[in-house]
Amino acid sequence: MQQIVSVKGLTKQFKNLTAVNNLSFSVNEGDVYGFLGQNGAGKSTSIRMMLTLIEPSSGQIELFGMDLARHRREILRNVGAVIEKPDVYKYLSAYENLELFARLSGIKPSKKILMDQLEMVGLAGRANDRVKTFSQGMKQRLGIGIALVHNPQLIVLDEPTNGLDPQGIADIRNLILHLSRDLKKTIVVSSHLLSEIEQVATRVLIIDKGQKLVEGNAAELFDPAQTIVELQTMDNAFALTQLKASPWSAYLQAQRNTAILLKLNRTEIPSLHSDLAAMQIQLLSLQPRHSLEDFFLQITSGNQHVDTYTN
Amino acid sequence: MWTLIQIELYKIFRRPRTYIAFIAVAALIIIIQFGLKLDGKSYADFLMKDIGGTMEIDGNILNGYLICYIMLQLLLVHVPLLVALIAADMISGEANMGTLRLLISKPFSRTELLLAKFFASTVYTLLLLVWLAILALFLSMWIFGTGDMFLMKSSYVVLLSENDVFWRYTGAFVFAALAMVTVAALGFFLSIFAENSIGPIVATMSVIVFFTILSTLNIPIFNALKPYLFTTHMISWKEFFDIQVNDANEAIVGSIQHPQKIVNSALVLVLHIIGFVGGSIWIFKKKDVLS
Repeated sequence: MQQIVSVKGLTKQFKNLTAVNNLSFSVNEGDVYGFLGQNGAGKSTSIRMMLTLIEPSSGQIELFGMDLARHRREILRNVGAVIEKPDVYKYLSAYENLELFARLSGIKPSKKILMDQLEMVGLAGRANDRVKTFSQGMKQRLGIGIALVHNPQLIVLDEPTNGLDPQGIADIRNLILHLSRDLKKTIVVSSHLLSEIEQVATRVLIIDKGQKLVEGNAAELFDPAQTIVELQTMDNAFALTQLKASPWSAYLQAQRNTAILLKLNRTEIPSLHSDLAAMQIQLLSLQPRHSLEDFFLQITSGNQHVDTYTN
Repeated sequence: MWTLIQIELYKIFRRPRTYIAFIAVAALIIIIQFGLKLDGKSYADFLMKDIGGTMEIDGNILNGYLICYIMLQLLLVHVPLLVALIAADMISGEANMGTLRLLISKPFSRTELLLAKFFASTVYTLLLLVWLAILALFLSMWIFGTGDMFLMKSSYVVLLSENDVFWRYTGAFVFAALAMVTVAALGFFLSIFAENSIGPIVATMSVIVFFTILSTLNIPIFNALKPYLFTTHMISWKEFFDIQVNDANEAIVGSIQHPQKIVNSALVLVLHIIGFVGGSIWIFKKKDVLS
């Protein structure tokens, strides 16, 4: 499988702030690559370096096997992007914006192609309306239409669901799935709304303070066998002793604050529950933590269990 | 590159803001023409009050040529603001709208983008000057007629015969266009540092006002600076209306008193344009786009 993006040792220093610190990752053809991190983690800076908006302090970016610094023009012809807010020319219509950016991307599409593009993002009915009358969700869809108009191989979407209502978020999610499954596009999508990434990404990178924490297949990260169960008991010390003496000791991860953590398959939770009762452990709560959002919050608020998940 | 220029021109002329300048110029000129048409004699008497006793004037001095000269003197102070309105918005406006990052991620270089934008703002500036010429010169000629041009300078009087005027206006407008392109280049340069339009527009006008004050102040310590200030040279269009005289103190038709002064001023303005645009490219190429 062809490697579409290869980033090695990428660093960006803004005076005293290291926004991105020795970041390396790769994106393969056909991936929907979820780029995750809290606000200020360095996602947008990394994406802007991939699009030549920001010059890296050091490191190398290769797209389609070519060095970005040396083959910028050739590479960018094959990239479509929505960078943070989908800002376009508000005094122009959706159709005019699409046509203008198509020409900027080096193509001169027919009216039919442009209307088909607007149809795909659900804006054909508003083609001739000025963008200043559009809602945030419509602007976002137009932004994606603009990113796609020159039929690029790689699509970069930086926080595409920012400021959208639930319906708008669902629309963008469905569009990403359509682009990936039906049109076979490679997509890099960044977000801090992890529940959205969870539903579309095939591979995931989590960064914090400009550094990579985790990179791996989404399927592995969401694997039921990777479920973290958090136990809270009346007497955690007793519970821990009992668990260590039982077959569950192999599943023990760590004790954090008032909780005991075990990693197991979701299907094993009923038997864990009955064993806890048999061991006379008085249970206050048992919480399975399987979503990437929990995992993300967990590792970005103290880097715990990173080794467990790192490929 | 041609596509980029076309797109930049398309954007400029699709914005309602662009037409403010054309409407403002038209409104000012028509109001002045209206006032002079109604009460031109009083104005002519006012002009002649200092020399009325020393010479006798026969004919219509308040003709289209003189009115155009008066209006150029007035409007070439205001036109830089109208030029800055567009030129100082070329980059900062894109940053403010958020479209700059989309533009820069497209497959052309930043140098190409800046050159296309500067070329487009130059076209706008030239069209504004053409509009000014149509209204201030041709409309005035139509309303007030033509004739010999009588100009009062600070310490002398210039009388240009009717058939010796039009080419001088052609030269003056070409020179004024160069001066306004210099203003556009300054506004363009300042626009790369800002993420809103107001800052560079105000900064451009502030620089022009500040330099103009320095250019006109007759304080010895500033005199050494004056030749290097572009504002000193922006008013050299007036040199087209100074005429050489022969030994018999007769005007030499078709002559300019200090042609070298015009050439020098034009060179200084061109150097400023190159400096501002070159500086813009040099800085912008290395600039991180964070807007």
